[in-house]
Amino acid sequence: MNEDLKACPVTANHIKVALVGQPNVGKSMLINSVSDAHLHVGNFSGVTVEKTEVLFDYKGYHFTIVDLPGTYAFTDYTIEERVTHDYLCAEAYDIIINVVDSTSLEKNLQLTAELMSMSKSIVIALNMTDEAKKEKIEIDAAYMSDLMGIPCVKVSAATKEGIESLLNSVVEVQEIEQQVPKLIFSEPVEEEIAIIEEYLEKHKYQAVNTYRNIAINLLKNNKKTYAKLHDDPIWTELQPILIDASQHIELHHDSDDIKEAFAEEYASFNRGIVAEVLTQEIKEEKKTLTEKIDTVLIHPFMGIPIFLFFMWGLFQLTFEIGSIPMDWIDAFFGWLGETVGNTISNEDVRSLIVDGVIAGVGAVVLFVPNIIILFVGIALLEGTGYMSRVAFLLDGFFHKFGMHGQSFIPLVTGFGCSIPAYMSARILKNDRDRLLTLFVIGFMSCGARLPVYVLFVGAFFTAEMAGNALFIIYISGAILGLLAAKILKMTAFKGEDEPFVMEMPKYRLPSIKLVWHTVLTKTMMYLKKAGTFIAAATILIWFLSNYPKNIELEQIYSVKIEQAVTQSEKSILQNKLAEESLEQSYLGVIGKFSEPIFEPLGFDWKMSVALQTGLAAKEVVVATLGVLYALGEDVDEENDSLVNAISKNISFASAVSFIVVVMIYLPCLAASVVFTREAGGIKYFFYLLGFTSIVAYTLAWITYNVVSFLYH
Amino acid sequence: MQTLNDCKKACKVKVKKLHAKTDLKQRLLSFGIMKEAMIEVLEYSPAKSTIEIKVDKMRIALRAKEAELVEVEKI
Repeated sequence: MNEDLKACPVTANHIKVALVGQPNVGKSMLINSVSDAHLHVGNFSGVTVEKTEVLFDYKGYHFTIVDLPGTYAFTDYTIEERVTHDYLCAEAYDIIINVVDSTSLEKNLQLTAELMSMSKSIVIALNMTDEAKKEKIEIDAAYMSDLMGIPCVKVSAATKEGIESLLNSVVEVQEIEQQVPKLIFSEPVEEEIAIIEEYLEKHKYQAVNTYRNIAINLLKNNKKTYAKLHDDPIWTELQPILIDASQHIELHHDSDDIKEAFAEEYASFNRGIVAEVLTQEIKEEKKTLTEKIDTVLIHPFMGIPIFLFFMWGLFQLTFEIGSIPMDWIDAFFGWLGETVGNTISNEDVRSLIVDGVIAGVGAVVLFVPNIIILFVGIALLEGTGYMSRVAFLLDGFFHKFGMHGQSFIPLVTGFGCSIPAYMSARILKNDRDRLLTLFVIGFMSCGARLPVYVLFVGAFFTAEMAGNALFIIYISGAILGLLAAKILKMTAFKGEDEPFVMEMPKYRLPSIKLVWHTVLTKTMMYLKKAGTFIAAATILIWFLSNYPKNIELEQIYSVKIEQAVTQSEKSILQNKLAEESLEQSYLGVIGKFSEPIFEPLGFDWKMSVALQTGLAAKEVVVATLGVLYALGEDVDEENDSLVNAISKNISFASAVSFIVVVMIYLPCLAASVVFTREAGGIKYFFYLLGFTSIVAYTLAWITYNVVSFLYH
Repeated sequence: MQTLNDCKKACKVKVKKLHAKTDLKQRLLSFGIMKEAMIEVLEYSPAKSTIEIKVDKMRIALRAKEAELVEVEKI
């Protein structure tokens, strides 16, 4: 008994419901309406696509509703489809609620028909009843239930109409023994089903499912059903029957593909159902609102400029409005560090808490306003249905470089910050497209690299030329990115081009609650995962740059500093102490150790160290260079003396090659963590590390040698 | 053979045969692009690289290359 319980968590008083439907049918809205009445929403995130669970009690039952990603057909083509497919096949649940869009019933029933051969109880939720009414569509739900052998309930997630009766139907279905959906095929298929049924009957084959269900699944080439029967002695006789049956059906459908035949079977069954239950007052053919909007937004000439304007607006908002709370957050963590620091007397502990933990966590929290604004924008673009139009407009250009129309959004976001860019790559439904885009995002120079560029450009170019030089850096990054995509597509991500077949959904205003919910979930995830990780990493870097302590060195210098007369002398000595301490710290040792590796690129050990600390965050590169070139810790890109020190100590060729490396190698630690999570495995991180390092090294080496040659 | 890609804007056609293979075929089928389905061409993207069609009530975008694999006849 106990064993049984372990194997199957679904107990008598529980009803576990899987919510399934095609994309854009208002599933998430529906689950929100349900949970509104019986609150308690929890989020359980999977690797890349989340499914939401809602728990509540109703009529003496504990309900668990699992919201599965939208899927057009019962296949495992995209990540979303795979999550749904695997869940429905492998997990324990009692009932499927199939959500369908009443305004486009026939298309939605295509999935329903597939679900009907799964031998699970189903309730159909005819959603968007309110919209259907507006379009003068009338569906006879009672008759439809009768025809299909499945309860069909009219609901509207938007007006909360019919939610109770939907739950009542679920309870009723749970209480009956077994539901027999009436899925009727064409004559040839029915004939073959009858033959197989008869055969199974004759041999008294033991099974949980009905013979009809087994027969259908055998004809559909369902792998699981095959595997089950394959080991049974009746298989030897059954096999020729099946071969005959398939040939018969394929002949009838004039196709050599049984899946195509079944899709056509379902379609004609659905046409029949729709013809029976649906009446629509036929209006004169008028352009719908969506079509009117589309004549402007996907206009062959105006479409792209309009889109670019929207993007420009979004980025203005992200970085203009986002910078206001960023200043506050920055100030808050500065204040927090000082206040907390004052209460700690032990210098080592204080340094760890203030410079390590608070500074590190602060750096992560700093990006939260950006992330929120950007994700609100993206949620709106997606929720309204505009994103599909963008993909439609841009696919032609991006496809030339082996990418997908929707890659555009993450790539442009990458100019702001790689972290939201990696996260927004989720809009790409196909694994290979998404991975390719993830690998290329780093080539779009993020905001944090700007200080490094400004520093070096300022050191080697006149003020008039600086702007142009910066522009060239950004553009060449983007061009390199596109070339890298092309090369990756021809090598690592080689293979057939992924098809681009995509629904252009109706324009809809997304519900504010839903948008906020998505944004909140994503933001919390960012804070939790990147936050804990980056805090740990900053502590590590802090440790590496502060230890081992050299007491002797400190004592010598503290005596010297006390003896120093002028303030400037003192600060020079302090900087010298900082430099020498760093040189003998673990980080300094690493820098010295790795110097030979970076020598061919024209870097000294200081530049090597700066690049390595830059792995944590690009802002650190400038700070490290500042410390190493003995100017004290408080330096930024506008510090004149650092600019002077750099133009004095570093050759032009080394500087250019340094910029090339900064342009290409890993963005930062937090981004790497997010990348790893989005790509779906640590191995992808090592691929990215390898790929970017090799490209950065090679190009920097070429640049260094070419520039040295030209300037000698 | 006339394909979906040969159609002009606003023309209405009927699908005769799908020449696509495996994944793509599944994809087309799940969108209702199958034998006997009625299709209306709505819009072309710049440079005609992508095409927007209407099947039943659903608007679908697909690449010209993929549209070439859908054999159609005028109605």
